[in-house]
Amino acid sequence: MAALTPISRTPVSFYVPVVALTGAFAGLLVGTAQDNSLIGAVLGAALMAAVAFLMTSVIGQEKASRWGLTALMLLAGFAIGGIPGAVIGALFGWFFGWFTFWLFEGRYRARIAPYLTPGQVLWHFAFRVICGAIFVFLITPILVVIPLSFNAENFFTFTPEMLRFDPAGYSLKHYEDFFTNSDWQNALRNSLLIAPVATFLSVSFGTLAAIGLSQPHVPFRRAIMAILISPMIVPLIISAAGMYFFYSRIGLQGTYLGVVLAHAALGIPFVIITVTATLVGFDRSLTRAAANMGANPVTTFFRVQMPLILPGVISGGLFAFITSFDEVVVVLFVGSAGQKTLPWQMFTGLREQISPTILAVATILVVVSIALLTVVELLRRRSERLRGMSPG
Amino acid sequence: MSDQTTSGPVLAADGTPLKRSLARALRLQKMRALALIAPLLLFVLITFIAPIADMLFRSVENQIVSETLPQTVVALADWDPTTGEAPDEAVYRALAADLKVAVEDKTHTRLGSRLNYELTGASSLFRKSGRKVKRMDLESDTSFKEAFTDIDRKWGEVAIWETIQTYSPKYTNGYFLNAVDMRKGPDGPEARPENQQIYMMLFGRTLFMSLVITMSCIILGYPVAWLLANLPTRTSNLLMILVLLPFWTSLLVRTSAWKVMLQQQGVINDTLVWLGLVADDARLVMINNQFGTIVAMTHILLPFMILPMYSVMQTIQPSYLRAAKSMGATNWTAFWRVYFPQSVPGIGAGSILVFILSIGYYITPEIVGGNTGTFISNRIAYHISSSLNWGLAAALGAILLAVVLLLYYVYDKIVGIDNVKLGG
Repeated sequence: MAALTPISRTPVSFYVPVVALTGAFAGLLVGTAQDNSLIGAVLGAALMAAVAFLMTSVIGQEKASRWGLTALMLLAGFAIGGIPGAVIGALFGWFFGWFTFWLFEGRYRARIAPYLTPGQVLWHFAFRVICGAIFVFLITPILVVIPLSFNAENFFTFTPEMLRFDPAGYSLKHYEDFFTNSDWQNALRNSLLIAPVATFLSVSFGTLAAIGLSQPHVPFRRAIMAILISPMIVPLIISAAGMYFFYSRIGLQGTYLGVVLAHAALGIPFVIITVTATLVGFDRSLTRAAANMGANPVTTFFRVQMPLILPGVISGGLFAFITSFDEVVVVLFVGSAGQKTLPWQMFTGLREQISPTILAVATILVVVSIALLTVVELLRRRSERLRGMSPG
Repeated sequence: MSDQTTSGPVLAADGTPLKRSLARALRLQKMRALALIAPLLLFVLITFIAPIADMLFRSVENQIVSETLPQTVVALADWDPTTGEAPDEAVYRALAADLKVAVEDKTHTRLGSRLNYELTGASSLFRKSGRKVKRMDLESDTSFKEAFTDIDRKWGEVAIWETIQTYSPKYTNGYFLNAVDMRKGPDGPEARPENQQIYMMLFGRTLFMSLVITMSCIILGYPVAWLLANLPTRTSNLLMILVLLPFWTSLLVRTSAWKVMLQQQGVINDTLVWLGLVADDARLVMINNQFGTIVAMTHILLPFMILPMYSVMQTIQPSYLRAAKSMGATNWTAFWRVYFPQSVPGIGAGSILVFILSIGYYITPEIVGGNTGTFISNRIAYHISSSLNWGLAAALGAILLAVVLLLYYVYDKIVGIDNVKLGG
């Protein structure tokens, strides 16, 4: 976004106190860790005020002074607390260098409307900070798992060695355990045996039904839709209870087929939703044109309709796959020990707190979900482009 | 020629009246659509709807008493428990006959454990009597009443007979009464003693915690959705990844992450201790209680709140806000009177979705909930797998299902099922 407001340098009486205030907050954190909050805050404020003044009014050169500050803080941090201290110091140094010049040059004002009052500008940035905190809340738990999975100890927490970035504190042994332990390997194999078959069932039935549902005249459309979407709405524990009772009556409880059927049923709503959404933009005259030129319905479907709705079908399939791959409640009841899947194994592990191998598995699954997320997003954009709904 | 076409019906090319021909085409079209839907509908009906129906049936089914003790139930029909006296000899004779058959089929222990849900001690009573009833002789023995009271004097008391009589009909509302902390007394439903009432408390807690989770999701989700909807597309697409990544990450991964974060030796406590905010010997207890469940589930369900809010907020024109401000509204007035009312549908859609999802959650409360943070679903699971009281589990499930279906109906009215969006 281009600059909205012309900017100019701000007076010393503005940026030095603000930097000092931030410095006081940082000093408070460091001071509390050293058991002396008050001195930390005062020292931090004084130090940062002096640094801000020095960098802007004495040195003046932005690049040099920012790099200098980062290097200095890194060394100071290293002197106090070794490698972790150095990392924190460098981060602080980088942040204060950037912050000082951001305020000093008036850059913070450039991208917001010129008519805002100072109070509104403050609120604008306070709001960003709040949102940033919420994003941190969303993403931290997932990120924390990743370094912990390389823990050399059998703990669920960071060891002092890990915090010192000592190579001895890290190891791949939990990954090794995952790839050699027969329990985990069986679970992985079961998951990979169940999920694709369930996905295939829900995608093939689901796509056909979605095409049927998007015809112009469908009797009882709402009722049918409600039934087909219900597996997504009914709480899993109720589906699991019902399936457990019913499948044990008809002898499917504890069998591979039973789990596959149950998972296929759970995946169907996702296929229906994504495929009907794709079909909304489908140009019906294309199928008529194909029929007009002598193609039978099957050819029309595979040569004309299918390529166009394929992105929707694939992303529906991915949803169905992840539903089955991630499902634990239903398989817990419908399956038996022979169908123990990966989430089931993780669930048992978490309840009994056995080993951080769970975290290694979690990391692998996070990587898998990043891959799936990328594919779905690309497909969604491609589908929108195909239907001319968005420019890029 | 001309008067012929005006008076008669309009004809199609093959000579049938156009109206009929069109109707036939429409019918064909409908049939084709239904034929495409039929396989899936059948599949869902068999694999999903039938199990749910079976569960509902189980919540009222009670054939075990009348099937295992057919003669006793008939003989007991005329007995009046209010007299305070045990039934007469004929009933005991019938019981001996029934039990002999039951022991051979090994069904008497099942009946015992069924009646044990209603009357503690019934299970052991039936097991004990089952062993001894083999020695009775239906032809030669005279006093069965005496024989049974010799086995256990409970047979001479009113309680067991009353229970058998109360639960002899083929269908019962007993499970449902149980599920709302009541029981079947001789003169209709009555409240259970205070110390046995747990289900209403659990339902209340489930509703309360789901509400808290929904509220926290609204509070945390609203600013983020607003930011995403108002940033330039490129930036908001990047930030959207931060919302979608948790959405796509396995539930178990996120739950284990919260276990790692919240436990006493966990990341949050370690950080707080390192910062000196909390003493090492006074680490916060954040897991295995309601707090843990609420935090973890808020995190897990937050994307389901942000995505509907975002899609509604995207449609709100930013010029409305500017117009309000240009006419002298303060920031707050402009937001509260102009922007907020337009974003309410998004809040509604997100809230109902989050509420529906949270009310039936099982995995997360089971792992981080401890004793005080569990939901009604954990109790259902307990009755299915541990206490084996399937009827009660089914009744609890039926009540939960009714609540969810009601919310689903509301959701359908407000948002429409067709408008459910996935992944942005």
